[in-house]
Amino acid sequence: MVYYVAFIIIGIGLYGIVSQKNLFKQLISLSLIDTGVNMFIVALGYVDNMEAPIYSTITPTANFVDPLPQALVLTAIVIGVGILALGAMLLIHLNEDYGSVELDEIRAAKEVIE
Amino acid sequence: MRRIWAILIVIAFLYFFFKDVLPALPEFGKVDLFTRVSFDIISKSTKGKYEPIEFKKSSNREEGSANVVTSIVVNYRSFDTLGEVTVLFTAAIGVGILSSALRKRRFIELEEHFVLKITSGVILPLVLLFGTYIFIHGHLTPGGGFPGGTVIALGILFMLISNSQFRVTDASKHVEQISGVGYVILGLIGMALSGIFLTNFLPTGVIGDLFSAGVVPIVYVLIGFKVGAELSSIVFEMKEG
Repeated sequence: MVYYVAFIIIGIGLYGIVSQKNLFKQLISLSLIDTGVNMFIVALGYVDNMEAPIYSTITPTANFVDPLPQALVLTAIVIGVGILALGAMLLIHLNEDYGSVELDEIRAAKEVIE
Repeated sequence: MRRIWAILIVIAFLYFFFKDVLPALPEFGKVDLFTRVSFDIISKSTKGKYEPIEFKKSSNREEGSANVVTSIVVNYRSFDTLGEVTVLFTAAIGVGILSSALRKRRFIELEEHFVLKITSGVILPLVLLFGTYIFIHGHLTPGGGFPGGTVIALGILFMLISNSQFRVTDASKHVEQISGVGYVILGLIGMALSGIFLTNFLPTGVIGDLFSAGVVPIVYVLIGFKVGAELSSIVFEMKEG
């Protein structure tokens, strides 16, 4: 079930990247795809009736879901944050150069400059 | 026209997923952990033979953190985490360079409010304490260096929003550099002592104690400081660069 949700989120992100002309919306769509992929990877490690992979007083012995996908996703989330920050800063630069982040208006501004 | 193309691409993608990917996946929630690598990692016996682990009783295993995700991220795949921290560092440097290359200085001015200003001063130490708690207990509870650093950066963001005089100085850069170098030095000490980069050279102790798991808490404290400093400088450069 979570597989469907994850892939539908990835689909929404793909739709946003292809259909939108606003670069900021495209950046958000990229972030959506990131989230969908992360959800999918975590869902691959789920086991029914098992606990989070932490030894504690509630789960003193191993009774865990798969911890490896969660560790991979921890890495992926941090890198996603880096991409989002760098992309947003590049958009600020574009906005300073052309006065807009819409693809059409950037193209028009380029023709004016040339 | 773009919308039609977009819908076609999404339909092709979902068709591929339902036809080819979904039948090959294991059924949701019915994964057999015994056939996966994670089984050895959970029982912390990747080198020797299988022995079950019990909370607060097992001691001196090859890895000692109660949180298994932490033991993967900071112990078994620590080199990968070093690369991840480097990626975050590169992103922070990129944001800094791009913001200093802007032609006119940006300055987002937010309206100050007296109540918000006083309240943020009261709450900031608590937020910093909470972030510190998260990354010190990274090997025992959910959390660790990355969420703890993010909470600290959130406290800085709170101050930036409520107080227009608040500035993130170059001290954040120094904290970042010192903790990054500290991580590499820990790895080099491991290499000098046992010949493997980033190996766990301290005794691992009883699983579940605060002072356990060898180098894992030290690495997570360093990562917490590093991520907190990096994200605060990113947030500050987004506000005024």
